[in-house]
Amino acid sequence: MSTRSFGARIERNIDPKLLRGEGAFVDDIPLTNPLHVAFLRSPVARARIRKIDVGAAKSYPGVAAVYTCDDIGPLDMAMPLLIPHPSMKNPKTQRPLARGEVHYVGQTIAMIVAVDRYTAEDAVALIEIEYEHFPVEMDLKLALQVGAPLVHPDVPNNLAAHFIQISGDPDAAFARAEHFTKVEVQVDRSTAAPMECRAVAARWDAVTGELTVWDGTQAPISVRGGLASIFGLDEDKVRVIAPDVGGGFGQKVLLFYPDELLVPMATMQLGRPVKYIEDRQENFIGSSQERTQIHTIELAALKSGEVIGLRDSFLHDTGAFIPYGIAVAQVASTSIAGPYRIPNIWVEFKAVYTPTVQVTPYRGCGRPQACFAIERAMDQLAEELNIDRFEIRRRNFISEAEFPYPREGLLFADGLKVTLDSGQYGKALGMADAALGGPKFRAEQEAARAKGKYLGLGLACYVEGTGLGPYEGGHVRIHPITGKVYVNTGLPGQGQGHDTVFAQIVADQVGVSPADVIVVEGDTKAFDWGVATFASRAAVVSGNAIHKAAVTVRQKILEAAANMLEVDIGELELRESAAWIKGSNRFVPLAAIATASNPLRYAFNEAAQAATQFAPASKHDGPPLADGQAPGIEATEFYSPPASTWAYGVHAAIIEVDPQLCTVKIQKYVCIHDCGNMINPMIVEGQVCGGIAQGIGGALYEKLEYQPDGNLANANLMDFLVPYATEIPPVSILHLETPSPLNPLGVKGVGEAGCIAVGAVVASGVEDALRPLGSIKIRHVPLTPRMISEALEQAGV
Amino acid sequence: MKRSAIRPSFPDRSEDPRVEVSLTVNGQPVKRLVSVRMLLSDFLRHELGLTGTHVGCEHGVCGCCTVHIDGKASRSCLTLSVQANGCNIRTIEDVAAEDGALHPVQQAFKECHALQCGFCTPGMVMNILSRFEEREPLDLSESGIRDLLSGNLCRCTGYINIIAAVKRAAELLGRA
Repeated sequence: MSTRSFGARIERNIDPKLLRGEGAFVDDIPLTNPLHVAFLRSPVARARIRKIDVGAAKSYPGVAAVYTCDDIGPLDMAMPLLIPHPSMKNPKTQRPLARGEVHYVGQTIAMIVAVDRYTAEDAVALIEIEYEHFPVEMDLKLALQVGAPLVHPDVPNNLAAHFIQISGDPDAAFARAEHFTKVEVQVDRSTAAPMECRAVAARWDAVTGELTVWDGTQAPISVRGGLASIFGLDEDKVRVIAPDVGGGFGQKVLLFYPDELLVPMATMQLGRPVKYIEDRQENFIGSSQERTQIHTIELAALKSGEVIGLRDSFLHDTGAFIPYGIAVAQVASTSIAGPYRIPNIWVEFKAVYTPTVQVTPYRGCGRPQACFAIERAMDQLAEELNIDRFEIRRRNFISEAEFPYPREGLLFADGLKVTLDSGQYGKALGMADAALGGPKFRAEQEAARAKGKYLGLGLACYVEGTGLGPYEGGHVRIHPITGKVYVNTGLPGQGQGHDTVFAQIVADQVGVSPADVIVVEGDTKAFDWGVATFASRAAVVSGNAIHKAAVTVRQKILEAAANMLEVDIGELELRESAAWIKGSNRFVPLAAIATASNPLRYAFNEAAQAATQFAPASKHDGPPLADGQAPGIEATEFYSPPASTWAYGVHAAIIEVDPQLCTVKIQKYVCIHDCGNMINPMIVEGQVCGGIAQGIGGALYEKLEYQPDGNLANANLMDFLVPYATEIPPVSILHLETPSPLNPLGVKGVGEAGCIAVGAVVASGVEDALRPLGSIKIRHVPLTPRMISEALEQAGV
Repeated sequence: MKRSAIRPSFPDRSEDPRVEVSLTVNGQPVKRLVSVRMLLSDFLRHELGLTGTHVGCEHGVCGCCTVHIDGKASRSCLTLSVQANGCNIRTIEDVAAEDGALHPVQQAFKECHALQCGFCTPGMVMNILSRFEEREPLDLSESGIRDLLSGNLCRCTGYINIIAAVKRAAELLGRA
């Protein structure tokens, strides 16, 4: 191989198309004469629907159909519970259209299908509905108390799930500890806010009996399976395509959002294509959210700073429904000890129903909350023991010699024991210290203070279990006409650059340029074995499956080429889309190899003509295809990870706080990051940087403001503050590459990494900056100017 | 649906009052009857088939729908198509060369990995392009570029690479 693609900063194959405005997002798919959907959504959090009259809406010109729960036949059911778990009592999932009661503001009650969205929205306003209002409790702690208003009348105390996990012997550790540190921390409700809202379009072909659905989903294969089951269609007659998708961040994998069932139903009933394009307000009040957790975490330490035990009890807000089971809380509880050895852990959570949009994973999935809890506690412990914040972490890190490091008793979200596979935590911390910390910063901080400016150093470390199973597949084929390489996998991308990193993996094996590898994913007609895009798993799980398929294809190419060139395999090398006899100018192009491997008689192109100049690709007697032989050069392989791969990182920042204006300005941000072997460092940096920006949003700006009556006060991008370029500081990213021992490529996931530590970094930095003003504790994010003002007031400043 | 069922019949369009608009889009004259309340973004996307202009919020915050109206970067989601009567509109589809070769601003985005999902990208490019095409001097300092980008949201990249792309575009355009 002349140059290696794996590990190179290769520009993305998909970019020219997207840059020219030639992307194909759901609402861009041309449909003949489509009908458009709008929903009536509940304007109240908890109520009984006394009466609903859709008469005026039905007769409004341009309306094709109006559906309430009474009109949707077998779809009038509670939607599936995706991940059952014994810790849940009476788990609740949403119905496509509300029956009887509503549980949050935004819940779908009726669906209008009309000639355009404008008309559909007109008709929504014509539905007459009477509610019997119920009281609500929005406070997570109060919601658990006896007598609190209930989200579901048959779920006492709004307790959705209660679960305890124990590793080691925490009681014994607490009994022999010399020092205890206890803090309560909170992270508030946020949302993914992808730039493209969710979207579904469907077309029913009554002649062929085929249902085609374009869904901006992270899980097209699962959607296909669900639709086939629910509509009683053969799986082969349902095609689900996730076309270009404008960001997902977890929000676009839920089985099902109401529209994902109702739009296909409507197209089958109405005989016209139907589309639902979620608007921004609906994305805020109808699509999944995440984050609110309140942790009470206690560390049991020795005077040396060594933490020997951890107890954490937290409340997890699951919204009005729990379709994903306890996944978010389980990830938080199994990530609670971070990169630290802490051998004795007791972690408990209570998942609580609140009358709000359902909670399912949003980039980070419980990890930012767990990181915030353990890192705030470590800072507090450092302060109490008068140990430097870097040093206390260094003393507690799992060392390189200790991997794989199991946490017996803790089961991760994949159902497998938590086992951290590899890392160089101490080295990463040292790099952060060298970049921002040390005496140089302390001098700078002193000098700034002398001028009345408050600078602080923020620091946080995180781990991330990535690459969860169960499996993905990869299919690799050499095209006989062009010699280009076609690659399929089941999970789709939402901007991560799959088409390029998968191309890089394949390019090295078969000796082509990554630009000549065409990746098709997220179309059930192209490849329909697989799971979905979530949990930072695409590079690990699909990447390794594709790698395995490429290795098999490489072997097939070599065997065929050896026959065609009449040499031993050992004399061959693959490069420049051809098999070459080493040290000679004799070669056979991949297109000719693929063509010659297909015993078809027609020579309708150059590759076929070229193929005839060589010996046969296969040496055997009898029929053109020997028994057990397949035509062409292709392979399908699968990869099922034995356990999650654990990525990690250390983030640090220089933060300036203005105690007069109570503003926070991040001056510099450094991220030391390790996701194992990097397939494309440029793409890794893009993922990390985007995650950090979302993390900054979560640390300082992005809070969903639910009012005491359950209404969301900031359900728009004017009031929910997603950072612009003006809010994001310069970020420098430094890499470590500790290969994962768990998979052939040695890779770990990176999708969620960037966002995890930012809240903890900001809180740590603000505390450090304000230290001269008294004991000011930052234990709650997003950190607003008002919260800083209150903290300063409490400290008597 | 039963195979014996007859396909229902629905109107093809609403009863909204319609007016004729004449405008120029990407150098081509266009004359159409449109609903008086149709947004310019919907007109471009669904009447003219120019789906490169995206709609991210419909309240003028995200900038995904940015097009040029008479040379100025403008929100097509806050503009009614009737307001565009007589105007000269340019969309993302008109930026690359006819053979698909990328414009320097687009090329810079590719080189700098300044896009991920690509949904905000057309609006970003149209905004940046309008500033490069203005005669006024451009502030290409770090803060000047951030300010230039402050009308466009991106949820994927964290902006750092977009800032780099603006610098690179300036180089490619001989404006650095």
